Amino acid sequence: MCLGVPGKIVSVDGDIATVDFWGVQRQVRLDVVDEPVLPGDYILNHVGYAIRRIPAEEIGATLALYEELLTHTEADQDLMAADVRAEIAGAGDDR
Amino acid sequence: MALSVRDERITMKYGAGGRAMRSLIQEIFHDGLVTDDAPGEITLRAMDDGAALRLGSRWLVLTTDSHVVHPLFFPGGDIGRLAISGTVNDLAMMGATDVLALTCAVIIEEGFSRDDLSRIQRSMRLACEQAGARIVTGDTKVMGKGEIDGIVINTTGVALTDRVVPDSALGDGDRLIVTGTIGDHGMAVMAKRLGLAIEGTLESDVTPINALVRSALDAVPGAIVAMKDPTRGGVASALHEMAEKSGVGIIVDELALPVTDAVRATCELLGIDPLHVANEGKAVLGVRPDAVDAVLSALHHHPLGASAAVIGACTTARPGSIILDTGFGRRLLAEPEGEPLPRIC
Amino acid sequence: MIANGVSELKFRDPARARALADALEQTVESIGREVAVMHVCGSHEQAIARFGLRAVLPKRLNVIMGPGCPVCITDVPEVDEGVALARQGVRLATYGDMLKVPGSMLSLNDAQAEGARIDIVYSVAQAVELARRIDEPLVFFATGFETTAVATAAAVLGDPPPNFFVLSAHKYIPPAMEIVAEMPDTRVEGFLAAGHAATITGWGVFEAFVDRHQLPVVVAGFEPLDILAGLVRLVELVRDGRPAVENMFPLCVTRAGNLRAQQQLWRVFKPIGGNWRGIAHVPNGNLRLRDEFAHLDARRRFDIDLESLWDFAPPALVRDCICGDIMAGIKSPTDCSLYGKACGPDSPVGACMVSSEGTCRIWHQYGGHPDLGGRRGAFCAR
Repeated sequence: MCLGVPGKIVSVDGDIATVDFWGVQRQVRLDVVDEPVLPGDYILNHVGYAIRRIPAEEIGATLALYEELLTHTEADQDLMAADVRAEIAGAGDDR
Repeated sequence: MALSVRDERITMKYGAGGRAMRSLIQEIFHDGLVTDDAPGEITLRAMDDGAALRLGSRWLVLTTDSHVVHPLFFPGGDIGRLAISGTVNDLAMMGATDVLALTCAVIIEEGFSRDDLSRIQRSMRLACEQAGARIVTGDTKVMGKGEIDGIVINTTGVALTDRVVPDSALGDGDRLIVTGTIGDHGMAVMAKRLGLAIEGTLESDVTPINALVRSALDAVPGAIVAMKDPTRGGVASALHEMAEKSGVGIIVDELALPVTDAVRATCELLGIDPLHVANEGKAVLGVRPDAVDAVLSALHHHPLGASAAVIGACTTARPGSIILDTGFGRRLLAEPEGEPLPRIC
Repeated sequence: MIANGVSELKFRDPARARALADALEQTVESIGREVAVMHVCGSHEQAIARFGLRAVLPKRLNVIMGPGCPVCITDVPEVDEGVALARQGVRLATYGDMLKVPGSMLSLNDAQAEGARIDIVYSVAQAVELARRIDEPLVFFATGFETTAVATAAAVLGDPPPNFFVLSAHKYIPPAMEIVAEMPDTRVEGFLAAGHAATITGWGVFEAFVDRHQLPVVVAGFEPLDILAGLVRLVELVRDGRPAVENMFPLCVTRAGNLRAQQQLWRVFKPIGGNWRGIAHVPNGNLRLRDEFAHLDARRRFDIDLESLWDFAPPALVRDCICGDIMAGIKSPTDCSLYGKACGPDSPVGACMVSSEGTCRIWHQYGGHPDLGGRRGAFCAR
């Protein structure tokens, strides 16, 4: 629903994880997340509970989804979109 | 549909520095006290950071502030440091960067710790040294347990100056500079007060900035046409007041705002806008466009001004409104009412 | 600015956003008429408002805010229950969002001004910790949709102390979408579904909805790119006449969702019909504690005296509120007799004005449909 914020797990202690959100750390509960999580994993935090483990490989897939949208339209004429596609193509190699 | 119960009582929002507080002051406190000012004088009617009275060829600048922050001790400072910095900075915002003297009156709750009192006094002493100011007189009262919350400190500051800078003289094309990162104080205090158990480098920025402001004012005399310190209500409140009083609109470039990673992250987590969060060691300066580079350079050369940045410009369109350019689109920046609260939605 | 590796999760690249906004404009133009779609999440509206996206949306695309803000749709009697309890001397813990929402006459904030003890918490876990530290009862005013209800369920199942109670005003979104889709005269042609709720429920819950109403549903995240991409896809589906469910938030959403969270949710809560502020009766839209958890149900433990609140004349204004029609896209705020007069940000009557994300509130702030110029963004202050 609302205000879900992604963070990176620093350490796990039973049902509680210490999670890093862009440099600040907070404890997040693991009672409802449906996969085991390890330090280094990304999770989606909502009101102090991890509700999902975010698989790193999905990031590239999401960016590719957006790229598809751009090719469906007349965006070829738009130089900006060409830049964007180049960026996305470049980003895919990093993962 | 007025809620009569609420309106007959003064609730917390009336102390929060926003529209409600200004209405309260105008409706109750100005009654019978607002007089005609001599030319150039700034008094009660102006509701500026302080007052400026003619004294021969110079100006006598006065300001007073009562400090009730909780918790008393927070990362980066305490109520003592806040009491001195707040008043020194209010004087500086009027253009009076050389403090003549400060007073300090305290009201202490019965049972207050003597060690805490000493700690607070040491903070005040350090802040005075940093500001080049001294406390010359004061008052001490003790109230019964429960009659007051811990301690209340009132400080009054006095200074003489040749130049007075109001908060109401912005014109079309003037630029807005903020002297450093925003949201530091409010987020540090909020995280501590609400027990949010957020570990990270959240620290209040509370400090006297009169020397910093002096270097900016000296860089290009006359080029800084308005100043305000963004305390309660944050930069948003300060900009709203300046825009309203000056009769201009302001466009803010959100991507240019200096924000530390820790503040940005905590604001994201709690759903709070850094522009609404209090600062206690920063100033918003309205600067003539041709002087921006020189003023920015002077700020950058001062240890407290390393993160200074141009964040906006004044226009004639939509006077009194603040437009935020987010990099994706634009929206109106609302004036905050009351303390920002963490939200889930 | 963003220090560590989580930056790639923040889909906020302005160049990509501009390209998507252009794509959206072209797709709407290719339909050649006004298109109305609805989102059902307050956070979507928050994100749209916060990033100023309305200023760059195509003129012919009407993105309506549906009944998706838990703050707005928490009904008057529910707020009254919290206010009454607080005024009876019971200590309450609540999320910050609910503090200023008016009940029939008072909000929790008003009660606090009169001396009621109300603690603001960021997480229900914080409320449980508080209950452990004190001797008296602590009632957690549980508001929010299913995503937030999951946290409350986990707290209930996590062996809270005997002085911890829950006053549940939680809501469940899919039934509300049904109501909107079934409203006669509704002009909504597609729905943008909330990515975080779908993280819990899975996108599969929308398949039956799509079959029944033949309207497309696109699940979208909350960053500017997520929202723009979701809208592009949704408008494409509208253009092609394809009623389908599409998941544009694979980062967090799967077809089945989070089964562990769902199990906990439905073990603790049961859906019952109830009123949502401004939108009348929603079958199965409210979540209440099951009998197994009666021992921490505030409604069963405490005798909540609502009559004391009725010393203030109940407002007749609520009858004239047309928020339901506004949420369905049938009417505009300016069609409402109360808008801007009896109903304003300082004295809100209906859902759409209560929340900072409500349609009426946003119109009031912008003075109508926003037109702030600057289509290209990236304004340089120097």
